[in-house]
Amino acid sequence: MADNSSKNSYWSANLRLIIISLIIWAIVPFGFGILLRPALMGISVGGADFGFWVAQQGSILVFLALIFFYAWRMNKLDREHGVDEE
Amino acid sequence: MDQYTLNLLFVGASFALYIGIAIWARAGSTSEFYAAGRGVHPVTNGMATAADWMSAASFLSMAGLIAFVGYDNSTFLMGWTGGYVLLALMLAPYLRKFGKFTVPEFIGDRFYSPTARLVAVICLIVASVTYVIGQMTGVGVAFSRFLEVSNTAGLLIGACVVFAYAVFGGMKGVTYTQVAQYCVLIMAYTIPAIFISLQLTGNPVPPLGLLGEHQGSGEALLKTLDQIVTDLGFNSYTGHHSNTLNMVLFTLSLMIGTAGLPHVIIRFFTVPKVADARWSAGWALVFIALLYLTAPAVGAMARLNIMTTVYPNGVTEQPIAYDSRPDWMKNWEVTGLLSFEDKNGDGLIQFYNDKNADFTATAEANGWTGSELVVNNDILVLANPEIAQLPGWVIALVAAGGLAAALSTAAGLLLAISSSVSHDLIKGQLNPNISEKGELMSARIAMAVAIAVATYLGLNPPGFAAQTVALAFGIAAASIFPVLMMGIFSTRVNNKGAVAGMLTGLIFTVVYIFLHKGWMFIPGTNSFPDTVDGSLLGITSVSIGSIGAVLNFAVAFIVSHMTEDTPQEIKDLVESVRIPRGAGAATDH
Repeated sequence: MADNSSKNSYWSANLRLIIISLIIWAIVPFGFGILLRPALMGISVGGADFGFWVAQQGSILVFLALIFFYAWRMNKLDREHGVDEE
Repeated sequence: MDQYTLNLLFVGASFALYIGIAIWARAGSTSEFYAAGRGVHPVTNGMATAADWMSAASFLSMAGLIAFVGYDNSTFLMGWTGGYVLLALMLAPYLRKFGKFTVPEFIGDRFYSPTARLVAVICLIVASVTYVIGQMTGVGVAFSRFLEVSNTAGLLIGACVVFAYAVFGGMKGVTYTQVAQYCVLIMAYTIPAIFISLQLTGNPVPPLGLLGEHQGSGEALLKTLDQIVTDLGFNSYTGHHSNTLNMVLFTLSLMIGTAGLPHVIIRFFTVPKVADARWSAGWALVFIALLYLTAPAVGAMARLNIMTTVYPNGVTEQPIAYDSRPDWMKNWEVTGLLSFEDKNGDGLIQFYNDKNADFTATAEANGWTGSELVVNNDILVLANPEIAQLPGWVIALVAAGGLAAALSTAAGLLLAISSSVSHDLIKGQLNPNISEKGELMSARIAMAVAIAVATYLGLNPPGFAAQTVALAFGIAAASIFPVLMMGIFSTRVNNKGAVAGMLTGLIFTVVYIFLHKGWMFIPGTNSFPDTVDGSLLGITSVSIGSIGAVLNFAVAFIVSHMTEDTPQEIKDLVESVRIPRGAGAATDH
């Protein structure tokens, strides 16, 4: 069983990862998809602008990437800190 | 073979498949009934979660909502997928590690409070019942349109099929039928979309077709669409015409609500390991994304198809005559979901935005005296294959797909309700010494009763049934999600804080909804109109869940810090939930 300091560093690494992921999770749909859309009108994607594409397709792709990245990174962290399931 | 026989064949075959699975996957223990014995592969669970999650609303209504509004309704696309990030990062792995059977059970144990558990049960039941009524009415509508039976008979047939696999199979039966239902619904959704995308853009991948070139005009599809709709006085398709603050808050409410819906959360109790719960959330979103990336393409293309059907020679020329309208219009006129009224008596179908004041002059110059065609949002997906003149088997497949979407979500919700009744109320409060066999029997009885109640409410929908988005997502966002998150990420939030936070979020949200939609949704009893300008805080009632969630967090922290610290055993519990090791041991308790 892992000792306490290892558990603490595992948990703070997890929290760091969650915070970074959630910042991206928030910026993409709310930022690029809605609030910053007027500023990004110049970038055109397939007949519309970048913000429209983010709102209709891009955010979903980013959400997918975030979840798989988190799962991969956490499962690796589990092993590094000796807290994975046998 | 005529269309009716084809429909009967496809729907009949899909139902036979579900019942076959029910016979194969009977549950023998409470662990199998509540959590499918925790032996479901993460990819399988992802597929089941996708079917569990994608309801009649996702399948039937969403593309229509996007088609007739455009960019502003991207809220549904972002909101209903973004919640999975919250679920994957902040709830699913830890609740799987906790290793119990229901969402209220975690809340009760973590906050060492039967009151907290009871409040959670009430939130779960109100949210899930609201949600399930919509599914049951969807089943009735699909049956009456495609199989020409009455609404009531359709609903009863649907209820019997759910009974067969949910009562005997529990979570195990529901899981494997949901996998089959996912396959049916995703084929039914994507096959017509592929055909339509090919017809309009030459690209067989609908999400790429949306960004592609329209074959008729040689211009980008979205540009063509924007041009046509603005020429008829409608808002541009890609433009932003709604209130920005409400768009943000509504999207956020849908995200938090999605992550807090118990019938989705309990799906992650079925995988063997914590690592699997993380992967499984990703797979769920992969399977959901297949539909959610297709939906905006379906919406835009269907809108374009309708416009070019009415104006075959372009919007500057005359529209088609009512007498030469296509067959699909005639079919849907029968249901009343599409209607024509010849206001200026010229026999042609004028279809434009008669509520746009700037467009009145143009309309008058053309001799138009009002828009003459009314199309219900919900018929778009069902009518799509007919509009694109696809073969009869595609139409039959769409009928089976709509039923699969409604039934799979209904079963998941009914399971969440019955598990909570038998495990949280009967075993947790009334009779803690109940035997495993007795609990399994009570779970089956609770399921049967839940199906009966849902069927009754589906036949006699109460006023709140139409308010799924406001009520179910509002409650899940404002009461359930915050308390689960604090239970995992804080060791300091105690029993008093959790109960105070949940009640604040719940009461604030429900009262705000009632103030704008009427008390108990009785029309005319609302104090404020449910519009951006007229509402109490400038926030419409569907967007208020995210504010309720913030209040829940704030009250829980303040009350917890003013009262005593959590006991050591609760701190130990939180520590153990945070560490994946030992999840296997928690399987049987």
